[in-house]
Amino acid sequence: MQKSKRSIWMGIAVLISLTLLLTVHTDFAVAAGKEAKIGLAFSMTGAAAGYGSAQKNGVQLAVDEINTAAGADGLKLIPIFDDDASTPQQGTNVFNKFINADKVSLIIGPTLSNTAQVADRIAQQAGVPVLAISNTAKGITEIGDFIFRDSLTEMVVIPNTIRVAKEKLKVNKVALLYGNDDAFTKAGYEAFKKALQDAGLTILNEQTFAKGDRDFSPQLTQIKSMNPDAIVVSALVEEASGIVGQARKLDIPKSVPIIGGNGFNSPNLMKNAGEAAEGVIVGAAWNTSSASALNRKFVEAFSSRFGTLPDQFAAQAYAGVYIAYQAISKAPSPDDHKAIRDALAQIKGMNTVLGTFSFTDGRDADYVPVVQVVKDGKFVVFGE
Amino acid sequence: MNLLLQQLVNGLFIGSVYGLFAVGYTLVFGVLDILNLAHPAVFTLGGLTALWLVESAGLTIFQAFPIAVLVAGLLGLLLDRVAFAPLRHRADTYFSGLISSIAMAIMFESVALGVFGAHTVRFPANTVALHIWRFAGITVTSLQVEIVAVALLLMVGLTQFLKRSRTGKAIRAVAENERMARLLGIHVDGIIAFTFFISSALGGAAGILFGLYFDALSPDMGRSIELKGLAVIVLGGMGSIPGAIAGGLAFGLSEVLTVAITGTSNLRDAVAFAVLFAILLLRPSGLLGRARMREA
Repeated sequence: MQKSKRSIWMGIAVLISLTLLLTVHTDFAVAAGKEAKIGLAFSMTGAAAGYGSAQKNGVQLAVDEINTAAGADGLKLIPIFDDDASTPQQGTNVFNKFINADKVSLIIGPTLSNTAQVADRIAQQAGVPVLAISNTAKGITEIGDFIFRDSLTEMVVIPNTIRVAKEKLKVNKVALLYGNDDAFTKAGYEAFKKALQDAGLTILNEQTFAKGDRDFSPQLTQIKSMNPDAIVVSALVEEASGIVGQARKLDIPKSVPIIGGNGFNSPNLMKNAGEAAEGVIVGAAWNTSSASALNRKFVEAFSSRFGTLPDQFAAQAYAGVYIAYQAISKAPSPDDHKAIRDALAQIKGMNTVLGTFSFTDGRDADYVPVVQVVKDGKFVVFGE
Repeated sequence: MNLLLQQLVNGLFIGSVYGLFAVGYTLVFGVLDILNLAHPAVFTLGGLTALWLVESAGLTIFQAFPIAVLVAGLLGLLLDRVAFAPLRHRADTYFSGLISSIAMAIMFESVALGVFGAHTVRFPANTVALHIWRFAGITVTSLQVEIVAVALLLMVGLTQFLKRSRTGKAIRAVAENERMARLLGIHVDGIIAFTFFISSALGGAAGILFGLYFDALSPDMGRSIELKGLAVIVLGGMGSIPGAIAGGLAFGLSEVLTVAITGTSNLRDAVAFAVLFAILLLRPSGLLGRARMREA
């Protein structure tokens, strides 16, 4: 009895001192002068955890660079990371916490479009600006005038891929192969079809497959018999690897390139399809080997700090922090959400690692995407 | 014409893998009248074990293949010991055996998940030297020929083994009448265990060939073939080995032709199972099954 009473008192004492410490710490932070809190909702657990950790690294690097450059008097960023667990429910909780408890200037995230569809509405209602850095689904920025994104949609990337393929490879007639039971691959197919028609290319044949298929030889055999100049494929990476591998086994020559959508945009393509992946053409929002000085500096700093090359998600996160910083520093106060929103909307021709960046009138990203080709097991720039 | 021929060739390759898988399935059914639903999990583990031997232990596929097949066979012994033998003398042995084999399937799949992870993996490039042959407008790779050759060899070997060898005859005797076999001095439990060994070894071999052909192995790959294997043995006649081979080829061809004709894979399974349904209506004992008679 005596002992348990004492441990309760001990516990209370520890709690009180902890609370004091925390309070002192926050007080100190606020007292230090011009600082802006940004909320970062990324998927650190769940299905999208692989993307979330890359995004966190990208943000961390950008924030540290900005805070070092700001010096003693400049505007500093305080990043507040939280896990949206790849689910809309947890994303909503995180957004509520950022808006009501942390009182952030701006929110970056969430990782998945599905989560954004729900969580972004809360920020829109509260009038807190959101910058999406990896949502590519339709309708995200249409949620309201406080929602922005620096990630390019398939609707921008795919026409560019087709244009470059037509110019550089003299592709005229193509066959289409896509997964017709998945929202993402079907949307990719529709974007490809529209881009092909707009570019005046002939679609010889359309074949489909279902999620989880492993045998694509019947479809590829049909396609092969039509002698297309290229095969356009909308698939997730697992099926994409199978398609690429089996196409080469069916003796479809290397001179007939396979052109893929965003689903191909993963190192797993080369891992799973091996040598057969050579020559595959994929449009992307960003590539490590882009030649700009800013990009080279980013790739170097990122790899020396984290020991791996950055991917597209890290680059979009890194660029996102700089875009957000520019808008926040133009506002009279980091608490003036309306002014931050207006400053974001005015960003035009900003130099970022993604390229020369502007927001469209619809608050979507506007810059020239890259087209990559697989060479020696890596994505390299094919054309811009 | 060439197009049709090429599609038939495609169907032949996938069909021979289905056949090999179904032969193991049907063998256990023929002897015990029990469906071993852990067979797809053994199929998966066979493929993944071969991959591990090639990738981590540095063996060639020609060394890894027999070892992985042996491992799959040993899994079959384990299955018999854990899931079937303890239930053999219960009145509800058919039903309880079915359920316990599902439990084993789940455990095997979890082991595969734990050891190999959830990602789709592939054999390293150049595991098998790949030559592409073209004649009369159709394309065949050396890998495809090897797969059909191995599958046929194993299936013919099994048929001959059951027909001619002493153990094979004992297996058939147990299938025909377990009690009579016991009276004749056949070590029935040993024969049943051996049947599981062969059945699972063949399932494992099918898993390796499947993984090599499609370049994609994952802990859930058994799922994609589970129902098809079942359909194949019903199609061929439950318990009939030549029936399983013929059923596998017929199933592979129907799948490929459906996709080729409709240009989509959505109807593939629907057509295959509609054919199965029709055959069951017209010939309830399956293509090569004989009514009320079992063969092993």
